[in-house]
Amino acid sequence: MVSSVTNLGRSGVFDWMVQRVTAYVLALYTVFLIGFTLTTDVDYQTWSGLFSQTWFRIFTLLALVSIGAHAWVGLWTVSTDYIKAAAPRFLFQAVCGLGMFVYLVWGIQILWGL
Amino acid sequence: MNTKRPVNLDLSKFHFPLPAITSILHRISGIIIFIGVAFMLYGLELSLSGEAGFSQISDLLDSFLAKLITWGILSALLYHLVAGIKHLLMDMGIGEELESGLLAAKATVVVSVILIILAGVWVW
Repeated sequence: MVSSVTNLGRSGVFDWMVQRVTAYVLALYTVFLIGFTLTTDVDYQTWSGLFSQTWFRIFTLLALVSIGAHAWVGLWTVSTDYIKAAAPRFLFQAVCGLGMFVYLVWGIQILWGL
Repeated sequence: MNTKRPVNLDLSKFHFPLPAITSILHRISGIIIFIGVAFMLYGLELSLSGEAGFSQISDLLDSFLAKLITWGILSALLYHLVAGIKHLLMDMGIGEELESGLLAAKATVVVSVILIILAGVWVW
């Protein structure tokens, strides 16, 4: 068995499961936020009130981590399908990975930053 | 001339089946969302920075370009969500046959087009 070194979990089954678990988290988060904006009169008070609660900060961070893992599996699949030469493919994956890391740190700073 | 010679296939007569189109759109929308996260985090940061930042992002969202970007990201997100739910249903064994798969692809297009139009109405 040849295994790729760039996929998330060294195993397709693990990647498959990560993709599903994160998909459920992201679907729940998306539906919750759409529901919140449709049922609440969104102004600064209600908006910052939502993000000041610890459970919602945890939920948001969970969603951000899920975006990173979900996007890694997805973009890895797309890049291995369409970019056949190793160097540009690795460069593309590196840029994606850097982007995910930046999103995560940026998100943590927004949620808990001073 | 030997009439049994193989005939070149007329490639212009080939069409992607609908499930293939919904699949490639799932990939494209995923890439759009990944780039869109930068816009969403920028908006979130500004909206949570204080009353001034919140009204700044509200004013920004009055411009046509910002509305277009918002609608674009929302469209990609809604399509990706609907097509993703179809995937999760397929995990449960629903819509795996040729006939039901085609029906599920049609449903994906119809439901996401309705949601994207509603999102456009909501944004404007």
